[in-house]
Amino acid sequence: MKIPVDIFEQMVAQARAEAPIEACGILAGSNNRVEKLYKMTNAEKRSDHFMMEPAEQFKVVKDIRSSGLEMLAIFHSHPATPTRPSAEDIRLALTLDVTYVIVSLENRDHPAVKGFLLENGRVTEVPVRIVEQ
Amino acid sequence: MNIVVNGEQVNCDDDLTVSKLLIEQKVKMPEMVSVEINGKILKRTEFEQTLLKDDDKVEFLYFMGGGRWA
Repeated sequence: MKIPVDIFEQMVAQARAEAPIEACGILAGSNNRVEKLYKMTNAEKRSDHFMMEPAEQFKVVKDIRSSGLEMLAIFHSHPATPTRPSAEDIRLALTLDVTYVIVSLENRDHPAVKGFLLENGRVTEVPVRIVEQ
Repeated sequence: MNIVVNGEQVNCDDDLTVSKLLIEQKVKMPEMVSVEINGKILKRTEFEQTLLKDDDKVEFLYFMGGGRWA
C-alpha cells in the first residue's frame, strides 16, 4: 500500500496531538494508493484502546462511496508501544478487505508505520510505502 | 420490495427484519454491527422487531476498534 508523504505526516501529527490517547482514522483511495485521510474520534479516549464513533463511520463510508474511492485501511496509533498488532487489534479486526495500519510513537522522533491483514486471527504484514505526491 | 443496502439495490421479502437482513448479508457477528436506516442509527434491541420498508436505505458496518500491544 502506498501512502503519500503528506498524508503520512498528517497521521503522525494526529497521533502526536492526541497522545497519550490512541488516535484513529480511515484511509481511502484507489489502486492501493491512499488519497484521503479521515481523522476519526476515539470514542473511548484511552491510551490503550480505540473505538470509532458509529455515526462518524457511517458518514465517512458514505463520503468514500460518493467520491468513487474505496476504504483501503483503518489506522490507529500506538502512543508508546511498537507497531505490532495487539490481541485486541486482532479480535476487533472485523472489517474485511482492508489493511490495518498502525503508527507507533514508541520512538517519538522517528515514528514507525506498518500495515497488516488481520483475518480469522491470522496476521500478515502488508508492505507500506511512503511515497512522494 | 426493493431496499438499498450499503449503496447496493437489494430485492427482498416484505417481512424482512433487520436481524434477518444481517443473516442474509452473511454477517457473522451481528452483535458487533451498527445499523442505520434512512440516516437513523438503530439500537441493538431494535434489530429483531424492526421491519424494513420498500425504498429503505440501510447501512451496516462493523465496529472499528482495537488496542495496544502489551
